[in-house]
Amino acid sequence: MLTSIVNWIDKRIPMTETFNKHVGQYPAPVNFNFWYFFGSLAMLVLVNQILTGIWLTMNYTPSGEEAFRSVEYIMRDVEYGWLLRYMHSTGASAFFVVVYLHMLRGMMYGSYQKPRELLWLFGMFIFLVLMAEGFLGYLLPWGNMSFWGAQVIISLFGAIPVIGDDLTLWIRGDYVISGATLNRFFALHVIALPLVLVILVFLHIVALHEVGSNNPEGIDIKKPKGSIPENEKAPFKFHKMFTDKYDIVDAVPFHPYYSVKDIMGVVGFLFFFCFVIFFAPEGGGYFLEKPNFEPANPMKTPEHIAPVWYFGPFYTILRVVPDKLLGAGAMFGAIIMLFLLPWFDRGTVKSIRYRSLAHKINLIQFCVCFVVLGALGTMAATPVANFIGTVASFGYFGFFIALWFYSKNEKTKPLPERISH
Amino acid sequence: MKKLIIALVTLLPALAFASGGAHTLKAPIDPTDQASLQNGAKLFMNYCFGCHDTQYQRYNRVAKDLGIPEDLMMENLIFTGAKIGDLMLNSTTDKQARKWFGQTPPDLTLVTRSRGTDWVYTYLKSFYVDPERPFGVNNPLLPGVGMPHVLQSLQGVPTATFTTDEEGTKHLVLDSHGIIITETDGSGELSDGEFDTAVTDITNFLHYSAEPSKLERQSLGYWVLGFLAIFFVLSYLLKKEYWRDVH
Repeated sequence: MLTSIVNWIDKRIPMTETFNKHVGQYPAPVNFNFWYFFGSLAMLVLVNQILTGIWLTMNYTPSGEEAFRSVEYIMRDVEYGWLLRYMHSTGASAFFVVVYLHMLRGMMYGSYQKPRELLWLFGMFIFLVLMAEGFLGYLLPWGNMSFWGAQVIISLFGAIPVIGDDLTLWIRGDYVISGATLNRFFALHVIALPLVLVILVFLHIVALHEVGSNNPEGIDIKKPKGSIPENEKAPFKFHKMFTDKYDIVDAVPFHPYYSVKDIMGVVGFLFFFCFVIFFAPEGGGYFLEKPNFEPANPMKTPEHIAPVWYFGPFYTILRVVPDKLLGAGAMFGAIIMLFLLPWFDRGTVKSIRYRSLAHKINLIQFCVCFVVLGALGTMAATPVANFIGTVASFGYFGFFIALWFYSKNEKTKPLPERISH
Repeated sequence: MKKLIIALVTLLPALAFASGGAHTLKAPIDPTDQASLQNGAKLFMNYCFGCHDTQYQRYNRVAKDLGIPEDLMMENLIFTGAKIGDLMLNSTTDKQARKWFGQTPPDLTLVTRSRGTDWVYTYLKSFYVDPERPFGVNNPLLPGVGMPHVLQSLQGVPTATFTTDEEGTKHLVLDSHGIIITETDGSGELSDGEFDTAVTDITNFLHYSAEPSKLERQSLGYWVLGFLAIFFVLSYLLKKEYWRDVH
């Protein structure tokens, strides 16, 4: 019965064929480690955000008068509304946690290098849209930090010469942030950007499956056809799209091997995720900020306006530059540097395991600077903080500049032929 | 090196917490103590609610969560003629409030989440006599406070201890916790200890009011984490079983 249904469908669309190509007979390197969980986890969080988001919109009212009240209505009068809301608000932070770790994975193992540049670019566009999505969504509870945070970020566009003032007016749809701004942010947050996000994720995976997954060793599992004796090939049935062109070594089919492994990763992640949802949904004031429990009030500025933690690194870079326009330029520049990473790195050895000591130190200093910048972004701007922030900003940009110089003739370790495990 | 990174990652958020804010006392509340919550609700409705709304909360939700029968709630705690399922709005209009106080008294539904439970507790205990203020009292947690000391009939008249410097300016004396030192004239209905309990109960009620589903959230949380812990072991065993022939 089931077989005949599957056959019926397969005659009309390539269902089984697509499943085999991308899941059941897709060759994945055997040596994925801990760092490889975060891709599937990002997907999980995306689904979480979309589903809880849909249910939240059922009771949320996007208007200046009602938005704050409707969030409290969800928290109190909607059955398990508090759970939906916390899943969504915690999910926003979790999204950035997994995406930052996913990006770090890519940087450690050189997953952005040829031939995966476009894959990296799609990923960076996902990151960019995600930041926009986080920013738009943060206005929707219409708390006082929502209001003032949006005020600060939108005013950045005002620093652009000539068109600045008109541009901010166009973005806000009003002379101040108002219900008009809230309504358009809502439209973009629940329809426009999620659509773009889903399309980009689709393209990210298409690009991944075209070139194949990298791995912690940074060496290819696809060897030239006929170069590998039969008994050394990976003993699994892979899709002919791969085996027609290559001999596949040291690989397993994604399903069931990595699907069961990812289930383990998902459960492990959910443990931490649910701990926050059920026992610390405010995330110590970082996931839900205190001033946001007061309704938006244009007459009352919070003592200390801080963006949500995940914007921290870029916010600090903005803040340490004394000039507003240059600061905004540096902030966007910091993101553009990440986009261009595949071209800053002129090396051919992918994994950090086989790269020079200079590269290891450079990547570690980049991570330290990134975390320091992030922490400073949530704190008040004191002269000391600004000094540390300036140093860390140089460290951030310095990573890319230094990489460009030393990667050309880098002293790397010899690469192994095969993945040993 | 790894250890250094981990240390930095864990230390930095701690630094962020270290900054700022007025000194507060730890509020000794017990969110599971229904008697305390009921007393807090009674005090809140009698002393605070005349001016401050809790407009996001409904009367029947409070009745249900605090174990108060709805008819008792109607008779004893609803003074505005509202129905049991209504939102908790007082009968002071914004216009009246502005006339009396110069501003609208803030809604208190979420005050323990925006300012903190400890802040509310300390604030209620920190009123002191200041003849320069229109209502005759001031509060170091909200200098120039725009409300009278509504709990004065319970606490008595609180006088703070001052020192005077060479230029003749008066300064509040703070104790080792950074809290002002007050003494009452004994005209209050309650002893100091009883007043502390009353303030604790009001704080407890406001803490409840800020997130009525908190207890349910936490008790559900244990089941969820318990389930996930078991599921994790099973998923690990499943993964091991599948991967046995690969490794």
